Amino acid sequence: MNRLQDVLKAARAENRAVLIGYLPAGFPSVDGSIDAMRAMVEGGCDVIEVGLPYSDPAMDGPVIQAAADQALARGVSTPEVIRAAGAVADTGAASLIMSYWNPIEHYGVDRFASDLAAVGGSGVITPDLIPEEAGPWIEASDKHDIGRVFLVAPSSTPERIALTAAACTGFVYAGAVMGVTGARDQVGHAARSLVERTRAATDQPVCVGLGVSTGDQAAEIAAYADGVIVGSAFVRRLLDNRDPRKGVDAVRELAAELAEGVRRGSGQR
Amino acid sequence: MTDPRAEIISAYAATAAMPDDTGHFPTDDALFGGRFMPEALMAVLKELTEAYEVSKTDPAFHQEFADLLLHYANRPSLLTEARNLSARAGARILLKREDLNHTGSHKINNVLGQALLAKRMGKTRVIAETGAGQHGVATATAAALLGLDCVVYMGAEDTRRQALNVARMRMLGAEVVPVAIGSQTLKDAINEALRDWVASADTTYYALGTAAGPHPFPAMVRDFARIIGVEARRQCLEATGALPDAVCACVGGGSNAIGVFHAFVPDESVRLYGFEAGGSGVATGLHAASITGGSVGVLHGTRTYLLQDQYGQTQESHSISAGLDYPAVGPEHAYLHATGRGIYEPVDDAEAMAAFRTLCETEGIIPAIESAHALAGALRIAPQLAAELGREPVIVVNLSGRGDKDMHTAAGYFGFEGGEQ
Repeated sequence: MNRLQDVLKAARAENRAVLIGYLPAGFPSVDGSIDAMRAMVEGGCDVIEVGLPYSDPAMDGPVIQAAADQALARGVSTPEVIRAAGAVADTGAASLIMSYWNPIEHYGVDRFASDLAAVGGSGVITPDLIPEEAGPWIEASDKHDIGRVFLVAPSSTPERIALTAAACTGFVYAGAVMGVTGARDQVGHAARSLVERTRAATDQPVCVGLGVSTGDQAAEIAAYADGVIVGSAFVRRLLDNRDPRKGVDAVRELAAELAEGVRRGSGQR
Repeated sequence: MTDPRAEIISAYAATAAMPDDTGHFPTDDALFGGRFMPEALMAVLKELTEAYEVSKTDPAFHQEFADLLLHYANRPSLLTEARNLSARAGARILLKREDLNHTGSHKINNVLGQALLAKRMGKTRVIAETGAGQHGVATATAAALLGLDCVVYMGAEDTRRQALNVARMRMLGAEVVPVAIGSQTLKDAINEALRDWVASADTTYYALGTAAGPHPFPAMVRDFARIIGVEARRQCLEATGALPDAVCACVGGGSNAIGVFHAFVPDESVRLYGFEAGGSGVATGLHAASITGGSVGVLHGTRTYLLQDQYGQTQESHSISAGLDYPAVGPEHAYLHATGRGIYEPVDDAEAMAAFRTLCETEGIIPAIESAHALAGALRIAPQLAAELGREPVIVVNLSGRGDKDMHTAAGYFGFEGGEQ
């Protein structure tokens, strides 16, 4: 069992949801992003998604696009993203990489899984890869004990939810809304219904992301899901604070607010 | 006499061996094609695949599509014998006149088919990306005709290069959204259209403009454009008594090329030449030649050849032609290249512009700069083919569009007054 699976199992034993935070590696710099991700762990994130910045982030809204653009403009590379994932793993949190498919395929599917495992990473989220296209990835991630996280969506049929959940070995990522990444005022009913439909198909943990930005939203989701995923709201904190120390503090504060929300919501199960 | 209606219907309804049932084009080199898209879009892609498959065998759809192509788009298009150019080229050159279609390019074939599908799927809004603006104009046209709301995403850089087409789209009632992120060209317009679609797929149809993207787009766009090659094949037989020795097309995403190639694929004697945009030259790195100067990867939902750096980040493409300025290519071209059935070569900006001027001056036809790449390629291979065959070769060139939209660029390039500098 890898670190991601341990963390999810321990939280389930405590009858609480996990808090999963996302930041792109290399924004504002590789070391700056590592500092911010450490602060997320200090604030209460159980799992960190280290984003691999990509030139064509078709599923991301303007906030993550802006951060990824800046990271790429400064030349962040795949080995540096893996290094950042290793630094996160050293904190004891579960460290995952979130990446569009082409950078992984181009790096070498087996090499990517192997290099990530070597630095202590324990999972990869692949938002534009469906299980039907994932043959080589399933083989490589099994071989190197890297958790696989595929996504389900409000539009997914029961057949596709079952197929997708069966291919996951970390958790199932339930997209709360139809749309790209970015904070939203309301997460809405689609998320709860999707989690229920996914639970009908699998015993895997089901975590909810897309649009979550506040402690209250985290509490609402933690009442029914195994995890709450927050991305753009963390990136926003760094974009809004040009002083890196203030940015890191803001990220830590947001993590604490969300962690409190997760515990509050978990208590209402 | 050929019945043009029957010809259009049989061109669309024909079944093809590729892609396979899973939307792939398998080769020894790579499994091209596929569906690398978020799960959120799988439902609408399945809905679209089903609508497309039904339409292939539905007589009512066939009649509607044929009516539009015959009485609205101006099909069949001519195959013009370019006598003056032929004398200069040392080859008998036949021009497939897609420039004479309504809206001025081959794009109308695909768009009318997709807009009809959108109506059948109950969608009320159509979105599109555009590079040169030809696909955007065609989409805005079809949307006006069929009563659909229309939003076109266009790179901010391209809205400046192709201001005339922006005005045309707006006249037709479309909303044009300049995309000012990334390289501000076609690939970024596609990203933005995908972002729209993932949030709006209930009501919105995404009319992808080229034979790329996730399955079923490469097959479907090909089938709607397939009439180009079916007509050209018949017209060449009528005009010359034989099949051509070569068929030439420009290749960006590759919809005009796959449209003119596909009917000739079983004709082994016919060489299929795709000419990619060589920009300043492939060796300079400033080009859009995905097959010649790229490598295998995944972009915009499909596995194909693309321009990418050592970490799989897409590299910006460069071409004087906005319509070819795309860093990838449709997966069926990757397949034809990998299997050796198609021959893909770069044509740089200077060669294309020389051919552009030559056609203007010898035949009185102003081609799109995109199409000028195919002409330049034909002029290059003519002596090679003549030597190989020991006779004058017959070459069909797909004149995919007309050059009115390019006057500003051309006037600037040739130093006429009023051009961009």
